[in-house]
Amino acid sequence: MGKKLLLDKINIPGIQTYEVYRQNGGYSAVEKALKNYSSDQIVEEVKKSGLRGRGGAGFPTGMKWGFLAKPPGVPRYLLCNADESEPGTFKDRYLMEHIPHLLIEGMIVSSYALGANTSYIYIRGEYFYVARLLEKAIAEAYANGWLGKNILGTDYSLDLYVQVGAGAYICGEETALIESLEGKRGNPRMKPPFPAVAGLWGCPTVVNNVETIAAVVPIVNMGGEEYAKIGVGKSTGTKLISASGHINKPGVYEIELGLPVEEFIYSDEYCGGIRGGKKLKAVIAGGSSVPVLPAELILKTAKGEPRLMSYESLADGGFQTGTALGSGGFIVMDEDTSIIYNLYTLSRFYHHESCGQCSPCREGTGWMERILKKFIDGTATMKDIDLLWDIQSKIDGRTICPLGDAASWPVASAIRHFRHEFEEAVKNKGIKKVNHYNKRWSKETV
Amino acid sequence: MSAQIHGVLSFDKEKRKQLKFSESALQTIEQIKTRYPEGKQKSALIPVLHIAQAENDGWLSPEVMDYVAELLNITPIEVFEVASFYSMFNLKPVGKCVLEVCRTSSCWLNGANEIVEYLEKKLGIKEGETTPDGMFTIKTVECLGSCGTAPMMQCGASYHENLTFEKIDQILDQYKSEAKRRNYTDTETFHTK
Repeated sequence: MGKKLLLDKINIPGIQTYEVYRQNGGYSAVEKALKNYSSDQIVEEVKKSGLRGRGGAGFPTGMKWGFLAKPPGVPRYLLCNADESEPGTFKDRYLMEHIPHLLIEGMIVSSYALGANTSYIYIRGEYFYVARLLEKAIAEAYANGWLGKNILGTDYSLDLYVQVGAGAYICGEETALIESLEGKRGNPRMKPPFPAVAGLWGCPTVVNNVETIAAVVPIVNMGGEEYAKIGVGKSTGTKLISASGHINKPGVYEIELGLPVEEFIYSDEYCGGIRGGKKLKAVIAGGSSVPVLPAELILKTAKGEPRLMSYESLADGGFQTGTALGSGGFIVMDEDTSIIYNLYTLSRFYHHESCGQCSPCREGTGWMERILKKFIDGTATMKDIDLLWDIQSKIDGRTICPLGDAASWPVASAIRHFRHEFEEAVKNKGIKKVNHYNKRWSKETV
Repeated sequence: MSAQIHGVLSFDKEKRKQLKFSESALQTIEQIKTRYPEGKQKSALIPVLHIAQAENDGWLSPEVMDYVAELLNITPIEVFEVASFYSMFNLKPVGKCVLEVCRTSSCWLNGANEIVEYLEKKLGIKEGETTPDGMFTIKTVECLGSCGTAPMMQCGASYHENLTFEKIDQILDQYKSEAKRRNYTDTETFHTK
């Protein structure tokens, strides 16, 4: 049983409410931070903890905080990125829905550390009902003196608001999120300047994922050094993994980083194995953007070592034989799955979500979608495989924001590891149609 | 998109003159504006458009967008730019209940295509169409962050998860009998596992 730091109290009845959350030690991190630490000391603790951004990029949070410019007289902002839209990822929703006060508590401590007096939680519009839950939790926090003027009698004041989006994956990119919060289209900005210097309304801004901000609470409670002892190597602490696809027990699991992938997939404590006793075919380990890996490479690295759930181990072998931890969106596919059709749903997704600023992404994503459709319909030729490879290679690294890269990596990895499926689709004039509905519901797990 | 833009070109001055949101909506809008520093009220645009859409039968007409521009003291093109960018804003009329079926990866792996086919057969319309009585619209959407409870669909503020054909029958029956519009902003939200 791995250590749990974020979801350890999730089964306490009524933990969503302020009273129960407080009775179980909630808001102690705010007390500790405001009474015992300067804001710089909190930043130091987070640096010591080794916490890395949980939204997908895995950038060290303490370092990101350290970059924040602090010109006198200019307000600074903390924005919480709750625009969770990466296919396969639903951990932030789970956390906000089940233990909303943990995020509020994390927001207060993090805002204090950064010297922000106004902070926003930007949540995707589809999560409207979750936004309501957060607003309720915020109202409770205000009523009990955790938000507003002079928190706990100190001279620190904080206002916290929830901002809803309206359906755009791109707003999870931090500069697009800022644009959206300013009431504009979610077009990512050219960097530099980075948000740490000129972000929301031109002011220094930090954007952090929900899980990252929530993790600041245990870090302050236990101390950065203690937190760093959990996990493996530079992958410290715990991570929420959203497990979905053809597994017996889909859901959100908090794991200690370093857990073997094989244990995660097959142990009853986690995914509980492949549904219907089928064989594992492939896994997308960190949300739709990361390379898909065939069973043999997800369970063991190319060197033959057991693959672990950590930033380093999943990336072992680079993109040739490895992948990335990403957002922790763990999509499992069984032996009957068409890699091509799954890829088609992803390429269609990126085409739909491209903001349209950069030509390689705007045109390339749609082109890849149309070519993949040809493989499904049986009108593709062998040349289309090379064309697909060529298009993805010309999007990768040639756009303002990483959406272009994210659209190209799944295509590249599918061709790299499953080229034979593309060739079969050409030879057989299409792919085998699988009725997923029956597959889903004929199982005893339902 | 082009068809939607085309629809926006017609602007009814009379309709615009008569347009007024409910008192409670106007109050909420004023409240939202206070969340931002002085002079940054444009930030209220997306939350206000959600309210506007709920006030206007589930879609944003050119007249409504013009009205929102006035409420936030910005130009109508700034409103249209945003309304046409985000997928939750409808630029043409939709049914009372918009059934938004997720179709991306994990939902497809769990039968999203079959769910759409079932809805199409049951309602006698195709994806993107509205039933003649104006009750239902079928829409396919990209990942809604409900991958562990796939297949799923959203209607208004509600997430319907782990969908089965039987579950769809129940949901549609209930919606039909209640016969009311379902908005994202509805407060009596529920979440069916």
